[in-house]
Amino acid sequence: MAGLRINHDLAHKLSEAELDAVQKLCAFDAVEVDTEDGLSVNSSCKMCKLCIENGPEGLFEYVESPETTGINMDSKGIAVYVEHTLGKAHPVTFELIGKAKELAKPLGWPVYALLIGCEQDDLAKEISANYDVHVYICNHPNLERFLPEPYTAAFVTFIDIVKPSSVLVGATVVGRSLAPRVASRLRTGLTADCTALELKENGDLVQIRPAFGGNIMARIVTPMHRPQMATVRYKVFDAPVKLQAATPQVTYFDVESVTSRIAPLGIVLKDKTLDIANAEIIVACGRAFTSHKQLSLAKQLADLLGAEVACSRPLVEAGLVEPARQIGQSGRTVKPKLIITLGVSGAVQFTAGMKNAETIIAVNSDKDAPIFSVAHYAVVGDVFEILAQLIKQISEATTNNNNNTPEKEEQFCYRGEYV
Amino acid sequence: MNIIVCVKQVPGTTKVAVDENTGVLLRSGVEAKLNPYDLYALETAVQIKQTYGATITVITMGPPQAAEAVREAFALGADNGIMLTDMAFAGADTLATAYALAGGIGTRCKYDLIVCGKQTTDGDTAQVGPSLAEFLDIPHMSNVISIDKAGSENIHVSADIGEYVGAYEIKLPCAITVDKGIYVPRLPSYKRMLESVKQEITVLGLEDLADTNPKMYGLSGSPTQVEKIYQPEAEAGQVIIDGSPNDIASRLCHELRELKYL
Ligand SMILES: Cc1cc2nc3c(=O)[nH]c(=O)nc-3n(C[C@H](O)[C@H](O)[C@H](O)COP(=O)(O)OP(=O)(O)OC[C@H]3O[C@@H](n4cnc5c(N)ncnc54)[C@H](O)[C@@H]3O)c2cc1C
Repeated sequence: MAGLRINHDLAHKLSEAELDAVQKLCAFDAVEVDTEDGLSVNSSCKMCKLCIENGPEGLFEYVESPETTGINMDSKGIAVYVEHTLGKAHPVTFELIGKAKELAKPLGWPVYALLIGCEQDDLAKEISANYDVHVYICNHPNLERFLPEPYTAAFVTFIDIVKPSSVLVGATVVGRSLAPRVASRLRTGLTADCTALELKENGDLVQIRPAFGGNIMARIVTPMHRPQMATVRYKVFDAPVKLQAATPQVTYFDVESVTSRIAPLGIVLKDKTLDIANAEIIVACGRAFTSHKQLSLAKQLADLLGAEVACSRPLVEAGLVEPARQIGQSGRTVKPKLIITLGVSGAVQFTAGMKNAETIIAVNSDKDAPIFSVAHYAVVGDVFEILAQLIKQISEATTNNNNNTPEKEEQFCYRGEYV
Repeated sequence: MNIIVCVKQVPGTTKVAVDENTGVLLRSGVEAKLNPYDLYALETAVQIKQTYGATITVITMGPPQAAEAVREAFALGADNGIMLTDMAFAGADTLATAYALAGGIGTRCKYDLIVCGKQTTDGDTAQVGPSLAEFLDIPHMSNVISIDKAGSENIHVSADIGEYVGAYEIKLPCAITVDKGIYVPRLPSYKRMLESVKQEITVLGLEDLADTNPKMYGLSGSPTQVEKIYQPEAEAGQVIIDGSPNDIASRLCHELRELKYL
């Protein structure tokens, strides 16, 4: 059984002060001083292994589980799940195909795309031709729209046929519902919302994401299982260029059971809701903003620049800004040409959602704010004083500008009736 | 109807950082709390109970102090509480967590509906709900935004699927994860809060589950492993702009013009 092992002989030799220090090594209060064993680890342990790294030599040891599952450890290739609605693939699909090809290249691995749907032959050909990937398609009337059970069945069938080493899924609503079901059926690892991916020579996929709710990143691996599964949000990776030339390579496969204990009753398409992910310029406000009045200054600047206003999580929690405008790990990932952050400290959960912006200008009164570590322009000063001046100067410079078009309705709304 | 609500105790507004000199994880902040998204799950259960009649059981997996989360759930309307706690469960990823919860629910409860919060504020993965449903072999629907009708055989819900809102009839038993905003969570009742102190929590360990193989739980049962944790690095070649607000504004205007945004 894998786990942490404590060298009890060593533990018994430690002085009270040393025991105390060892206990403090753990940020999760999982190390306890124990009269019998010297030290013990409780169930709060998150297996971050920092006690091994930083504790006295040999006191903590990580024991691997001796046996590997051996399931397809020699499998090859990377598969990308194609999410689609109304015959159009979600753009995250192409970003993932681009990334998969980049990762697969050094190992000479194939890249597959998995399309589950009904009569999606054209889309399959288009994807294969445009991105030079081998598309596997499962067509069935019951698969017209996403339903967890039949989609899982089709997905697992595909994995059984192709045996990919890694599987990438867009971290969309559908992806976040489908991928865990597939991973659980296969009893394999799934890492959510990766912000970077690397492939080791041995085929291990290194999945990087913010961890433990802190200002830290984790490299996560799935060493004993294949396929290794990861979800990635839209706009984390770049969209690849289309090739247009390749001859499409499409393989059809069937799934045994498409039964579902969920009956779809109808759908209502959403109106184009606000999507800050599509904005080219973003003005992002942080906790420095505490009122609508202050936010209206940011809005003024945004209007002058033709930008969208976005924010960090505390402003959503405070009810000052609607959730659709939140940037970050639990908000949207954005990759605008320009982002100006105003009074945002720059926690990893925030920067995970914006650090790939082309130009980052950060304004913060604290010169040590972590946001400056991702910023191209570090502006140190009071955000409101600077905003006032900036709005004034830009307005003067662009006097007869005809922007300030009235704000479009940004409420979440439906289009039409159930169809 | 028997409803199970899965809840998790999460750190309060904790700030975790790696100490640059020692490499030790530092944590400062306030105590743990009930995952805010789970409040919506609990409220959904309470609303169904009020309209259709139901018994609500909350279940959590965590260290012994996670019992606090169950007590909080009592104060918010839960009737029974189950806590899974065992050293064998430590270090669990979402798969091993869901497997343990499925074990706890499967061996201990009669259930028609399982309600989970959309995600947690510490892990943020949204994976446990669907994974749990898979282990229990029941259907699931994520991102449910309204309960339209609940019967003895099935439940009607609407779910936000991203580009559309879908309406579904789901056979019971099933699992749903509910989005923020499905209902407004109530405040804990003072009376219930006082009573909750005396309310009994069923504590289950590895030996109480149907599958007692320790390799299926905690770190051993987790396919994903943390290889390394680190602090993000700083951006090189940065321009620093400081001075009086007026100077800063002119320099910014200049840069914005250079970058062709003005
Ligand atoms: C699992 C998880 C997911 C999360 N997801 C997200 C997410 O998606 N998005 C997100 O944003 N956060 C997220 N967070 C929260 C995140 O960790 C931070 O708490 C949050 O980003 C902080 O927001 P902030 O920078 O606005 O506020 P603070 O950290 O409070 O920073 C405010 C900053 O403003 C500066 N400031 C104050 N007044 C002024 C002034 N007058 N002029 C100039 N500067 C000023 C301060 O120096 C400070 O740096 C998540 C956390 C967890 C645990």
